[in-house]
Amino acid sequence: MTSISRRTLLAAGAGAGLLTACGSNTGRGGGGDGGGSGPKLSQWYHQYGETGTEQAVQRYAAAYKKAHVSVQWRPGNYDQQTAAALLTGSGPDVFEVNGPTLDQIQGGQVVDLTELLDGVRDDFNPAVLTPKTYDGKIWGIPQVIDMQLLYYRKSLLKDAGVEPPTTLDALVDAARKLTSSKVKGLFLGNDGGAGVLGGTPLYGAGLSLVTEDGKVGFDDPAAARTLGKLHRLYADKSLLLGAPTDWSDPSALLQGLTAMQWSGLWALPQVQKELGDDFGVLPFPKDGSAGRPSVPVGAYGAAVSARSRHPEAAKEYVKWLWVERTDHQEDFALSYGFHIPARISLAEKAAKLKSGPAADAVRLSTEHGYAQPLLWTPAGQSAYQDALSRIIKSGASADRELRAVVRKVSAELDRVKKKS
Amino acid sequence: MSRRNALWFWVFVGPFALGLALFTYVPLVWSVALSFFDAHNTVTPTHFVGLDNYTAMLKDDAFVDSLKTFLVFTAFIVPATYVFSLSLALMVNRLKRARAFFRSVFFLPAACSYVVAALIWKMSLFNGVRFGLANTVLGWFGGDPVAWLSTTDPPWYWLVIVTVRLWLQAGFYMILFLAGLQRIDPVLYEAAAVDGARPGWTVLRHITLPQLRATSVAVVLLLVINAFQAFDEFYNLLSDARGYPPYARPPLVYLYYTALGQGQNLGLGSAGAVILALVIAVVTVGQARWLKLGRTDADG
Repeated sequence: MTSISRRTLLAAGAGAGLLTACGSNTGRGGGGDGGGSGPKLSQWYHQYGETGTEQAVQRYAAAYKKAHVSVQWRPGNYDQQTAAALLTGSGPDVFEVNGPTLDQIQGGQVVDLTELLDGVRDDFNPAVLTPKTYDGKIWGIPQVIDMQLLYYRKSLLKDAGVEPPTTLDALVDAARKLTSSKVKGLFLGNDGGAGVLGGTPLYGAGLSLVTEDGKVGFDDPAAARTLGKLHRLYADKSLLLGAPTDWSDPSALLQGLTAMQWSGLWALPQVQKELGDDFGVLPFPKDGSAGRPSVPVGAYGAAVSARSRHPEAAKEYVKWLWVERTDHQEDFALSYGFHIPARISLAEKAAKLKSGPAADAVRLSTEHGYAQPLLWTPAGQSAYQDALSRIIKSGASADRELRAVVRKVSAELDRVKKKS
Repeated sequence: MSRRNALWFWVFVGPFALGLALFTYVPLVWSVALSFFDAHNTVTPTHFVGLDNYTAMLKDDAFVDSLKTFLVFTAFIVPATYVFSLSLALMVNRLKRARAFFRSVFFLPAACSYVVAALIWKMSLFNGVRFGLANTVLGWFGGDPVAWLSTTDPPWYWLVIVTVRLWLQAGFYMILFLAGLQRIDPVLYEAAAVDGARPGWTVLRHITLPQLRATSVAVVLLLVINAFQAFDEFYNLLSDARGYPPYARPPLVYLYYTALGQGQNLGLGSAGAVILALVIAVVTVGQARWLKLGRTDADG
């Protein structure tokens, strides 16, 4: 009998242990608790590569006094993580998002933030505010503007007798001439460019992903002609493929694996440090008579989850950090990686953006920047990306591939318009 | 007494039954329910669409392609693993010394995580630049570096995908074959020798393989099911921050992006999962019938 009671105790203890173990990881609390009293808010960021960024956002959160903000720094597939977390009540209250997507807005997963920008709306760069606006309401506050551009090594181009390319044909030729047994001409990411280029070549041909009146923007023979040229880069073996790091990291360029690389503005401080003056930046070159150079711009936006238990407190915090505290915004944009402040007034003041390649980059973003339209849905995007990959790598007929994509994207546009 | 037994039954079985219900059966039923709804960005949808998700999925070229990918992968990996692990088992079984050592060495990769192995294959063995191991070896013979995972013609990525899984799982199936081999009565080999069967191919063909029948059936069945569940090494070898290329995309990877990517079309993804589950069930049952699973070696 005594032995059984001992076992009972043991079993009960083990059972209780199991149950508590299940409940411990709620995604709340833990490291990075900010100061302040009032309600508890949890704020999510994706993992920025530049050192110091994480400490900076912890510092901002700790400086907020009206709520207790705990910051979560989330490595890995951030978009998937937030999408899953928004389905439940245990997700973040405030989170940055490469969006919000149209489905998140239409599904009521994020809160209307229009009133936060009262009086300062015009100070936010319209290029990145527009894709966060739907039905006249604003669903995410742009934090900083990111852009992508083409980096090239001046010395390598000079040695090969190549001018910085200004047309797509010149880019294809330059990449071929710059390719040797040790160095490749161009790096567009390990997948050959389908992922990172996205709609950029279409804008380079004077087209768009979705037109302003909500139609497919590349139902045009010029689209197939331009995308078909990208296959030449692959067929000529001018593209660096299978590098240890991907396009977002400038290592391939810095290690001399490639002469030109498509990457982000955020990489500029590192490139400048390693290469000094031996580099320049270019937009994606134009193609065809209607073409114009293009660079993609985008912004992570701060959004508030509709399932937050304290939506008003969360909105107030977002307003404090991303609207009122311009000092934090400036620090966040410019002290770590390089980003363009989303506020026009801050971007104009930023001394770091006034000279050298950084100034070129800012000029490119204002003259040639395009942002992915809100109506460009993930389902349309993946159909387009699959097609682009087949065009680049397998030499599939761009004409036929694009016809299928146009059908898919039209269906998606119909679907989202029906919901509004 | 019986009451106490009932109590103990629930103390021991309860937590597991609860876990099974909560983490397996509820999601299963929920997923089937979702597949009949337009469930964009929600797990509690309200818009019933009937079989629309199923027809959309079956008409989706990418999904049908992913099923073909799975077939190609199975056609490579099942025979390759079967032959390779059987050869290992036959070799280890013949060893007079250090058998335990070699058994452990060949089994060891089975303890390695798919993710870790995939990253090693991707970053150091088969990366596309000149200092990757495979390209260094090619360089000794004067070959140009090959971008193993990015080249679609010829499809070198299959080499990477198949070898990583072969390395990871061959040891495990070798153990199964070893157990089967050790159950074969040595008298059979002696009798065969007396009857004049030459050691080697004849003995393998007429004694060893028939005697291993039950083990072989189990091995093939497990291999096919494992191939169906392929996700880890594909995802870690080929995906990047922007998604997954349109080749070598098995069904689970495709559904992962449909349902859990930014698209968050949980209804469509669930419909795909149900279709996939049905395919697996039909194939497994058919295979078990065809191979007469459950017959013992002695019946064979």
